Amino acid sequence: MTEVGRRAPFQILAVVAVLVAFATLWEGYKAMGDATGGTWPGTDRELPVATDDLTLPHVHEILGTMVDPVQRGGDETLAVFLVKSAWFTFKEAAWGFAIGSVFGLGLAIVMLRSSFLDRGLLPWINISQTIPLIALAPIVVTWGRTTFLSDVQAVSLIAAYLTFFPVAVNGLAGLKSPPDESLELMDSYAAPWSATLWKLRFPAARPYLFPAFKLAATLSVVGAIVGEISSGVRGGLGRVILDFAGRYSTGPERLYAAVIASALLGLFVFGLTVIAERIALRGQLLEDVG
Amino acid sequence: MTGDAAVRVRSVEKTFNLGKVGEVAAIRSVDLDVAPGEFVSLIGPSGCGKSTLLRLIADLIEPSSGTIEVFGKPAAQARLDQDYGMAFQRSGLFDWRKIAANIELPLELMGWTKEKRRQRSAEMLRLVKLDEFADHYPQQLSGGMQQRVAIARALSFKPQLLLMDEPFGALDEMTREHMQSELISIKTELDTTVVFVTHSIAEAAFMSDRVVVLSPRPGEIHEIIDVDLGTRVPDTREDPEFFKKATEIRESLRSVKAAE
Repeated sequence: MTEVGRRAPFQILAVVAVLVAFATLWEGYKAMGDATGGTWPGTDRELPVATDDLTLPHVHEILGTMVDPVQRGGDETLAVFLVKSAWFTFKEAAWGFAIGSVFGLGLAIVMLRSSFLDRGLLPWINISQTIPLIALAPIVVTWGRTTFLSDVQAVSLIAAYLTFFPVAVNGLAGLKSPPDESLELMDSYAAPWSATLWKLRFPAARPYLFPAFKLAATLSVVGAIVGEISSGVRGGLGRVILDFAGRYSTGPERLYAAVIASALLGLFVFGLTVIAERIALRGQLLEDVG
Repeated sequence: MTGDAAVRVRSVEKTFNLGKVGEVAAIRSVDLDVAPGEFVSLIGPSGCGKSTLLRLIADLIEPSSGTIEVFGKPAAQARLDQDYGMAFQRSGLFDWRKIAANIELPLELMGWTKEKRRQRSAEMLRLVKLDEFADHYPQQLSGGMQQRVAIARALSFKPQLLLMDEPFGALDEMTREHMQSELISIKTELDTTVVFVTHSIAEAAFMSDRVVVLSPRPGEIHEIIDVDLGTRVPDTREDPEFFKKATEIRESLRSVKAAE
């Protein structure tokens, strides 16, 4: 078994311990506020966050609401509903990730090929990420409606908009990473540009690409949720968050449950990229004993 | 054409354009012939352009003026025809490829079948005495072993000319001497012509038929020293003739610096 394999149970234990500690802190803070009437013990300074059940619902209430039916008298529990919504959002995010990654890699190759485009495009790529997604999303959806794009596809496009950036930037750095001697070696074989790209530059770029993919995967979920919220697409976590936020006063624990579902979805896609990395770099990372 | 020189360099100059700094002459009026089967070393102070000269022969860079022929054809054509193999100071092995796959890289680019590639890489691994490491990754091998793989890769398609840029520069003294003997025996077995850049006087004296001493930038040929020490064996390093040659090279290098 590998080093990583041996460490896995320990890691799971550590993650669970942090979760338990967080829940304990949460409940402890609540209990302290209830006991003192909302101030720091022994003072009359107010606590930064109120401890009533509307602001901070109990952990057991948040967990409990997961098994409650979504609609009064309905069969479907909130947990099942959230999983279905997360799956809907996951599909949008996955398309966004795929489109953004392909586009980002394409940009990296174009910029590698032409130093003119490298210099010309890079500032625009940077500026692209300073535009607030909230402003951009409705524009993309509106444009989509005038063409062949459905709203769901428009949401994927919004996710792709966040995804392409780290892939393009890290991808370019990775494609440029081989040392001169390796490039000269390929030249000495009179290797065409494409052969150097596939046999040298791409493999050398993998250690640069995977951190970008990890970032891009979580960003694609953020992009999909924000895209859903600003376009009003139904079926995903974005819409659920919007609905539950609107009805916060009658069921705050439901919004917390939706937030947890979003976080778990982010964790899930992150995990997928970690697995993909293990597969793509197998043999190398594990056997690199120096 | 028989009787052709393996490498023929005629009135070659190379100036680099460094933008704001202006132009820097790296190589000036170099004429050099290397006979087939000969082992020629290029030695000189740092920055004398010995690596530049090697890269010109390899057609990795183009001369500003003059001509270079390899086996009677222009250097550019020789590169396209894969007439030479090349090895660098850093082994430059691709760490995502197993050892056998590294050796097969040039064969892959030439479109050899998988079966032929396997056969040849096995043969080359026997030649450099690394048979049992075919399925290892480069980072699992020592520096000396990696350099042997790089030599096997350079020779995998059996080129008649081997161009080497300080291939043993990063190795410790013991490994280095061992590698020198290995290279000589491989060269003898395959009857390869070698042009070898080094900054080690002992290495140049031990390995070469001729040592080309270059002057500092812009590099010109200061002196060509013939070395005839017969068949090289490890004891050659203790032969008084060897010391005499090393001294001759050292003094030539000193007079180059003094003339500056």
